Amino acid sequence: MAANTSDAGGAAPETAEIVDLRNPLLAALLALLWPGLGHLYQRRIGKSLLFMVCILGTYTYGWFLGGEKVVYASWNPPQMRHYGYLCQVWVGLPAWPAMVQSALGSPLGPNFMAPPRIHTNSEGDNDLAIWNREYPTFELGSVLTMVAGLLNVLVIFDAAAGPVGSTETEPEETAGKRGPPRPKAANTGGG
Amino acid sequence: MNSCALLAMALLAMTPNRMWYALPLIVSVSLVYAATRHERLGPILRHAWRTAIWIGGFMAVVFVILWFLTYRL
Repeated sequence: MAANTSDAGGAAPETAEIVDLRNPLLAALLALLWPGLGHLYQRRIGKSLLFMVCILGTYTYGWFLGGEKVVYASWNPPQMRHYGYLCQVWVGLPAWPAMVQSALGSPLGPNFMAPPRIHTNSEGDNDLAIWNREYPTFELGSVLTMVAGLLNVLVIFDAAAGPVGSTETEPEETAGKRGPPRPKAANTGGG
Repeated sequence: MNSCALLAMALLAMTPNRMWYALPLIVSVSLVYAATRHERLGPILRHAWRTAIWIGGFMAVVFVILWFLTYRL
C-alpha cells in the first residue's frame, strides 16, 4: 500500500528509494517514547542508531552540564514556570519522570527531576538561584536538553512520514554505476 | 551604553573555551537534521557537512557583529 511508504528520492526518481514505514503511527509513538525506537521498529537500523546516539548524547551531555538539575516540570505558582520543559518533554521517557515529580510532589526524591523549591536557605535563595551559582554551565545544559527534545520532534516526523523533501542526488561519477533503481519495498501493513 | 552593547559585551566576555561546548551541539544538530531529509549514509553526511558549515558561518557572522559593536567600548 503506497500510503505507508515514502519516496526518499523526491525530485530524482532515478535514484529513488522507497522506504517501508510499516505502521507510521506506531513508529511515531515509539519515536516519541524513545529517540530512534520508531526507526528501529521500521528496521532503519542505521538511522535509529544515529538518532539514539545524537539525541540521547546531547540530552545526557546537557543533563550533566546542568548538574543533573536542568530537567524539571514546574507550572504552579508561586514556583517559577519552566517553559523549557515544553521542549525537553519531546525527548520521551528520559524526560517524563519530571512530570511525575511535579504532579505528585517529588515521589522519586528531591534530587531527581524535582522542581526547584522556593525558599531553601537562610539567605532566602531558592533552588534555582543556588543551582545557577553552583553550576556555571546550568543554562548551557538547559539549552542542550531543550535542543535534544526539539531534534526528536524532527525524528518523530521522519518516523511517521519518511525523509522530507530529499533529492538524494549522487555525484555524477558514481551515479552511473549503481545499476537499476531498487525495487519498491513490500508493505508489511504494520506487522 | 545601550542594552544591545551590554548584551554584546556579556556574550564576548565568555571565555573562548566555552565556545567548544557548541561543537558537539553543531555535530548533533547537523547529523539529525540531515538524517531526517535523506535515507542513505552518503547524502546524510554531505548534507550534515553543509549544515555544519552553515551554522558555523552563522555563528562567525554573529561573532563579528558583536566584536564590531564592542570595538570602542
